[in-house]
Amino acid sequence: MYERIITVLPVKKIKEKKQNITVWSFADISKTIDQWLNDWVGATWATVFEMVIAGVCVIGLFALLGLVLVIMERKVAAWIQIRLGPNRVGPKGMLQSLADTVKLLVKEGMTPDGADKFLFNLAPFIAMIVAMLLMAPIAFAKDFQMWDLNVGVLYISAVSSISVISILMAGWASNNKYSLLGAMRSGAQIVSYELSAGLSVLAIVVLTGSLSLTDIIQSQQNGWWIFKGHIPVIIAFITFIIAVTAETNRAPFDLAEAESELTAGFHTEYSGMKFALFFLAEYVNVFIVCAIGATLFLGGWMPFHIGSWEGFNHVMDYIPSSIWFFGKTFFLIFLIMWFRWTFPRLRIDQLLNLEWKYLLPISMINLLLVTVMAIMGWHF
Amino acid sequence: MFEEVAKTAEGDLVINVGPQHPATHGVLHLLITLNGETIKKVEPHLGYIHRSIEKMCESLTYRQFIYVTSRMDYLSAHINNHACALCVEKGMQIEVPDRAKVIRVLMDELTRIASHELWWGAMAMDLGAFTPFFHAFRERETINDIMEETCGARLTMNYMVPGGVMQDLHPDFQRRVKEFLVLYKRKIHEYDEMVTGNIIFQNRMKGVGYISPEDVISYGVTGPAARGSGVSSDIRKLYPYEIYDKLQFDEVLETAGDSFARYLVRLREMDQSIRIVEQLIDNIPEGDFQAKTKAVLKLPKGEFYTRVETARGELGVYIVSEGGTTPYRIKFRSPGFSNLSALDHMVRGGKLGDLVASMGTLDLVIPDIDR
Repeated sequence: MYERIITVLPVKKIKEKKQNITVWSFADISKTIDQWLNDWVGATWATVFEMVIAGVCVIGLFALLGLVLVIMERKVAAWIQIRLGPNRVGPKGMLQSLADTVKLLVKEGMTPDGADKFLFNLAPFIAMIVAMLLMAPIAFAKDFQMWDLNVGVLYISAVSSISVISILMAGWASNNKYSLLGAMRSGAQIVSYELSAGLSVLAIVVLTGSLSLTDIIQSQQNGWWIFKGHIPVIIAFITFIIAVTAETNRAPFDLAEAESELTAGFHTEYSGMKFALFFLAEYVNVFIVCAIGATLFLGGWMPFHIGSWEGFNHVMDYIPSSIWFFGKTFFLIFLIMWFRWTFPRLRIDQLLNLEWKYLLPISMINLLLVTVMAIMGWHF
Repeated sequence: MFEEVAKTAEGDLVINVGPQHPATHGVLHLLITLNGETIKKVEPHLGYIHRSIEKMCESLTYRQFIYVTSRMDYLSAHINNHACALCVEKGMQIEVPDRAKVIRVLMDELTRIASHELWWGAMAMDLGAFTPFFHAFRERETINDIMEETCGARLTMNYMVPGGVMQDLHPDFQRRVKEFLVLYKRKIHEYDEMVTGNIIFQNRMKGVGYISPEDVISYGVTGPAARGSGVSSDIRKLYPYEIYDKLQFDEVLETAGDSFARYLVRLREMDQSIRIVEQLIDNIPEGDFQAKTKAVLKLPKGEFYTRVETARGELGVYIVSEGGTTPYRIKFRSPGFSNLSALDHMVRGGKLGDLVASMGTLDLVIPDIDR
């Protein structure tokens, strides 16, 4: 039986015939740059320069995403809460988060007395580094990926686990009881919800037969998994969205920073840029989990195709792949923001009950169903 | 360092909630003993906003002291003023004109709605839902506008005076109140859809902060907090003042005794207040808005006590007069103080998250507790 699984899965993969997608590719640009650098400085230095360029891209994207997501959150909140939101700085208040960043940069970053100075100052950087590392295997557009890793899904679930360390570190080192409580809550929460997030991701891995994000996107050429995978994949998608909302400490699972109970939770004592790094990391984490959700379930940068509608599919192909990717990702981000401004917060025991009594059994049984589906080849 | 965080006498964690804390809605200080997330003891510390209003009243005349009481329970300022005016009228045996009585009741009920609206928003915000706060303010602002037009102020109105009300209603009053009634009826279903029916909200509230009817009586809990446990305590029904005995409205009672019951009582009470406003808004009698009174009020020697139902519970005003122009001694029985005393009983053994759920349903206004 076990051998059958192993043999059947690749067969299924081979059966999908490789169509030539006409989506415009970033590979031309990157190949030109690579060629030019190799001709100019030689292979070794070209690699160094390329790494620097990639690093600058990540940092730039990190900052840009932070700014965009903060203003987006405020605008979404304002729209839901029947008010206008920021509307003074720049056109329609779009530069508000830039002004806020400048404010945070010039603020004094205080370290409270009695805090463990090393850990206290290290924690925000770990939060940020984790968020940056997670960007590596994500395919932002066709052939636009920092690192095409053959175990991309494994890498993501491994690296995202580190983020809990930064929160525990921050809470523990602050020498503040609210921070400690928030950190402890967050530790229990993230460790629990990683299980169902991982299991729902595994559903797609089982269907695809590959841990590589590129392969997963390629397997969705003839339809996104959420459409191809029947109800089990939809269940996996819903579980994934709930679990990642909890993993990124967003409402209704924002117990780590429960405002009405713990003032600001684990980052109560942080100010200035150190606070801003936590803040940025939270938003970039939201972006990353949504990007992963879009990649796994909504086809990444794959355009939307309907069966045999050749004309329609052709038109969809003309939309650049990056727009497809960011559109899907921002749709999921909007969903998560919508949750935040709609639901009240759960209590800690209810939070853990939800995971251990409902989500985990559901996603385990669901994974079983998906596996049976993959073996029998019932999906489209 | 880590030892310092955890160290207490029995190895429990003692945290200070307040005096500056988002959940206390003011400068209340709660000393909470925690065992993990479970609450072992809650000890309220008062006095951060004590302005000695009772002592101040002793040096103010019977016309003046009413204005100070607006600053006690600022969310039911009209009702506080009303209680004081009633007490002075009782002592002076002033007959209030019918028009003034109706205006007073109308204002009281509008205040009650405004107060419950704010409570509803703050309650949801305590539980982590920020949006309801803004939706509650949308309706509350309309009431504040009505108040501003007639009384000249939005929060501390100082509209009730001994013998009636300060000035006549604004000509637009009836039209704007009717507009508000239409708006309220169009929007009130959103409250249930957004918060009451939410499964997370119900799980947070049901079975949390239980208090039995016996404990309600022994702690002296009044108002919606008592009615949530099935204890009939509406002063408007039990000891009717002004024209409440002639009005059609129900005392809202729930029997569960938990936070959700108290929540429902407040929500349904708004509907009853709307009923009262609807009965009165077209039937404001013509006549004087204020009785003819002497320029200087002097209460006869003796003790006078009146009580009214504020948005939070029973407010008692006790005046001891020596026959002068100022009270000899004055004492307010404020609802918030007694309600707060039951908090420890309610939340013991619950989680830290239950504290905000229980405290929210008590609807504490800290200046009302400290005075």
